[in-house]
Amino acid sequence: MSHIYLIAFDGSNASHRALAYGVERARASGARLVLAHVLEWSPYSFLTAEELAERHKRRNQEVGRAQDIILKPMEEKLTREGVEVETVVRYGHVAETLCALAEEFEVTQIIIGRTGDSSLQKRIFGSVSVTLAQAAPVPCTIVP
Amino acid sequence: MKRLFAALAAMLPLAAPAHANFAETVDTVFAASTGWFVNLIFANLPGTQIPWIVGWLVIGAVVFTLYFGFIQFRAFGHALQIVRGKYSDPKDAGEVSPFQALTAALSGTVGLGNIAGVAVAVSIGGAGATFWMILAGLLGMASKFTECTLGVKYRNEYPDGTVSGGPMYYIKKGFEERGLPLGAFMAVMFSIFCVLGALGGGNMFQANQAASQVQSVLGIPAWVTGLVLSGIVFAVIVGGIKSIARVTEKVVPFMGIGYFLVGMLILIMNADMILWAFGEILRGAFTDTGIVGGMIGAIIQGFRRAAFSNEAGIGSAAIAHSAVRTKEPISEGFVSLLEPFIDTVIICTMTALVIIITQQLLIDAETGRYILNEAGRIATVSGATGGVPITSAAFGAVFGWAPYALSLAVFLFAFSTMITWSYYGMKSWTYMFGEGRTKEMTFKVIFCVFVFIGAVSSLDAVIDFSDAALFAMAIVNIIALYFLMPIVKRELNSYLSRMKSGQIVAFK
Repeated sequence: MSHIYLIAFDGSNASHRALAYGVERARASGARLVLAHVLEWSPYSFLTAEELAERHKRRNQEVGRAQDIILKPMEEKLTREGVEVETVVRYGHVAETLCALAEEFEVTQIIIGRTGDSSLQKRIFGSVSVTLAQAAPVPCTIVP
Repeated sequence: MKRLFAALAAMLPLAAPAHANFAETVDTVFAASTGWFVNLIFANLPGTQIPWIVGWLVIGAVVFTLYFGFIQFRAFGHALQIVRGKYSDPKDAGEVSPFQALTAALSGTVGLGNIAGVAVAVSIGGAGATFWMILAGLLGMASKFTECTLGVKYRNEYPDGTVSGGPMYYIKKGFEERGLPLGAFMAVMFSIFCVLGALGGGNMFQANQAASQVQSVLGIPAWVTGLVLSGIVFAVIVGGIKSIARVTEKVVPFMGIGYFLVGMLILIMNADMILWAFGEILRGAFTDTGIVGGMIGAIIQGFRRAAFSNEAGIGSAAIAHSAVRTKEPISEGFVSLLEPFIDTVIICTMTALVIIITQQLLIDAETGRYILNEAGRIATVSGATGGVPITSAAFGAVFGWAPYALSLAVFLFAFSTMITWSYYGMKSWTYMFGEGRTKEMTFKVIFCVFVFIGAVSSLDAVIDFSDAALFAMAIVNIIALYFLMPIVKRELNSYLSRMKSGQIVAFK
């Protein structure tokens, strides 16, 4: 059975490290990659009436930006290098959405980078990597 | 720079009397120029003391309640599930959620109507007005359901992804679809009244109450608050400084919850009085307790304030709800029927109970009848008259700090309601005059000027005009709803049968 790695990729330095690690592993094992860009979103946030009317337009812009600027260049680069890769953009709570994606794409491993940020806020509320380490349905690699 | 400030500070005391005279002039001109409109809307039914417009709204709500078979009770549980996101496709995350539509529409209605309006209702109509207010809230849920379903069904979607909707759109398109005449005319009439309503209830009433609260608690003159509010509103809607609006939108819901909790705390502290309070409400609702107009007076006050507070049948919430991208207009109607419940049945009742329980209204111990002051209103313990001051005194009777917190809440509620209504008003404005920057700007500047006028006018002149403008929207809107309700019924039956057959299922 072929391996599929889910890599959280938002264009940040940490996500570049996760991708580099994932590509290296994929070359070794012949795995396919799924690059996921999750936009933080809560259905329980508050919007003004004007923001409601423009939400769909904004969403299209945000998805477009994520696809065209962040994911596509990387997808093309990896394809040229012979790595099999697909991309996905989703909205939601980042860790929960990554878990859902892991099941949807039937991946065998999740790879994320951590920022190394240990601010008070993250200590109290937990970071994406900590939540994933506790809740991921498949093995999860956290790249420092 | 410092010298400039010093010079300005020195000028302020000199400028104040001039402004006070100016405020009086504004007030007189305003009262004189809107009187005919107010009289027309609040004309009594021939041979009775009942304003025809109140009957109009209640009959509408009763008709919708019966026509849709008490939908507000049948769909209540399902509505809660939709708001909790159980029926939202996770793939649609990032679009407007039912919760966001609900809170955005609520931010336009929860506000001073719940604090000031209720105080006005019980200070004129006695405790009994509360009963009729709750009844009107429950019936109004059906009106809201009808208008918001239509709002989503007949909205305009533009290629860039933005949407415009509301009564003016469903009146025009719905009437065309059913082959009825006068749709375009009625849509324009609605838009005119909506612009007036936005300037009245959605603007001047709010500014007026905020200014009077700030004046009575902090001693700052009304014209100063008027100028400040007007300036901030200008910064947000004209200057596009979204950050202020964003902060308010985040703070206001918590203010609302905080208001509810403090009210709840007062009720719990006086738990032994609650039965007495409900007894007073029922006694006042069905007997003559000495208020002007007797039992009919209580009914009119209750219905009038409920309609003003939850805006059911007015058509405003349909403008906010039409932005939701749902495949099922009915599900948006279900969500919207929670609004009158939250607004009127929960929050307004809370205010009324606090005022009654803290015994703000003077009752003659021997006869059990209210003691009236020279203005024909019920005299209060604190001597306060008019909306917010009475509520403020009631909360202040229990917690000394409450009036200060209430001042802040009133200011923020007023502000967020203004922002929401400026949007409603602008949508109607652009419906009539077409979209475009100059046209939008014209409306926004007019809106800011009215903030100031509202702040310095007297309460009665403002409250009467605000009510009149809002109710005028309901005249057009409810006529349209009568003609379009078969469309809603068809949607509803289809939705319910698909839910039964399992085509509509929860995602979570």
